[in-house]
Amino acid sequence: MKYLFYPGCSMDASALEYQTSMLAVLKTLGAEVQELDDWTCCGASIAPVMSDLLGLAMPARNLALAEKQGRGQELLVGCSACYTNFGRVTAAAANPATLTKINQALEVEGLVYRRTAKARHLLDALANDFGPEMIKSHVKRPLTGLTVAPYYGCQTVRPYAKYDDAQHPTSMARILEALGATVHSHAHEATCCGTALLTTKPHVGLEIVGEILQAASPADCIAAVCPMCHMNLDSYQDKVSGVLGQRIRIPVLFLPQLIGLAFGLPESDLLLKREVVPVAPVRAKLASEANKQPAPAAPAG
Amino acid sequence: MAASESINLTAVKRDPTFGDRLTPAGHLLRTCIQCGTCTASCPSAAAMDISPRQMWRMVQLGLEDQVLHSKTLWLCSVCYECHVRCPRGIPLTETIAKLKQLAIRKEIKEWRESTTFYKIFSDVMRRYGRMREMEFMARYFMLTNPFAALGYANMGLTMFRRGKLRPEIPQLTGEGRLDKLFKRVAELEAQP
Repeated sequence: MKYLFYPGCSMDASALEYQTSMLAVLKTLGAEVQELDDWTCCGASIAPVMSDLLGLAMPARNLALAEKQGRGQELLVGCSACYTNFGRVTAAAANPATLTKINQALEVEGLVYRRTAKARHLLDALANDFGPEMIKSHVKRPLTGLTVAPYYGCQTVRPYAKYDDAQHPTSMARILEALGATVHSHAHEATCCGTALLTTKPHVGLEIVGEILQAASPADCIAAVCPMCHMNLDSYQDKVSGVLGQRIRIPVLFLPQLIGLAFGLPESDLLLKREVVPVAPVRAKLASEANKQPAPAAPAG
Repeated sequence: MAASESINLTAVKRDPTFGDRLTPAGHLLRTCIQCGTCTASCPSAAAMDISPRQMWRMVQLGLEDQVLHSKTLWLCSVCYECHVRCPRGIPLTETIAKLKQLAIRKEIKEWRESTTFYKIFSDVMRRYGRMREMEFMARYFMLTNPFAALGYANMGLTMFRRGKLRPEIPQLTGEGRLDKLFKRVAELEAQP
């Protein structure tokens, strides 16, 4: 598989471990990934509030770059907010008048958006281009005994995603099972992480995060596939504990970090030390499980 | 206004075209049947001054001022839950973006902690073409509530230690990376 890759602002900064582990996992799976040159911000949820056209031109600029630089490869995206913006502009530009207006704006960047670029979420690619079976065939250290709570968040699966159910997604659970982990299903897998409310309306945002963390807490860790979700669930646990009047401490890993652990990739590929809530208990659990059992049989095939 | 307050519809200023101006939903908002699925689906509904269902009814009634001054808009975290569940297929989440747009243009003051967030974020995008988390947060707290920043000091320090925050020198003068695009967009938006 060959992809173009759009990191987006967070994956290139606060969520660098997501980018690093994702690229390492894709390499192990045999994918060729080329970063989009000269990419800029997708506009987040901000540009559409500044103006209709800005909200379309910012993501379209990157899709136009992908059309120019790629040879038909799809554009891989790890951030669910970026992914949603690409889906939104692709849908809106089906209207020829809107497409014309977008291109009048992109003229100053020397770019043309032809609506041929296609953005794919990393989760979609992992679940459907590679699939649990192929992922399983690369597992060297199964996550046996580790209970993982999948957390999809909102924009990973709606409203533009077509690869999974918008309210009851399952693609991550199938991957986690392929890694040998036990999946902890819970009621908040696809609810919202509160996004910017953690900054602008902290009392509301912290309650939203608190509900998710409580629902996920019977698990050893949470698996996330969006930098924003990860930041909210991982960084605010002290504050959430204060609001709930109950100490909550559960490591939050990016899905490719968990896949990388199962693939036996080195720390330099996983950057697990970057998580705010230490990941040490996850490693300890895996180590104690590994001691309990005879060495895993080599995977078939 | 509080949810329990009543509004005298004959005495209050109304604009019946309000809902229709909220592209891309446009006239679709007239088809809202007030089922309340949006309110039941909203993770922030409990903290709102008017519920999403009430807000859409007020939009239908043309109560522009009351809607644009409400806290409800700024509690939307853009999760698209109401959007995918609306039995009328109204793109509610993206219509809220439009309401936020109008409130920012009218410089409505009540929810400065939210409107400032959008304005500074937009300025950082224009200037660098990409987000700069540290500069953004510093400017945000400076303009809204510098003391609130203290509450984040511990968290910020941990994130800094983990390498999650990257200090970068702000470049507040000279041409911004996306100045040209922002300028062209503004020109095109100003056309009738």
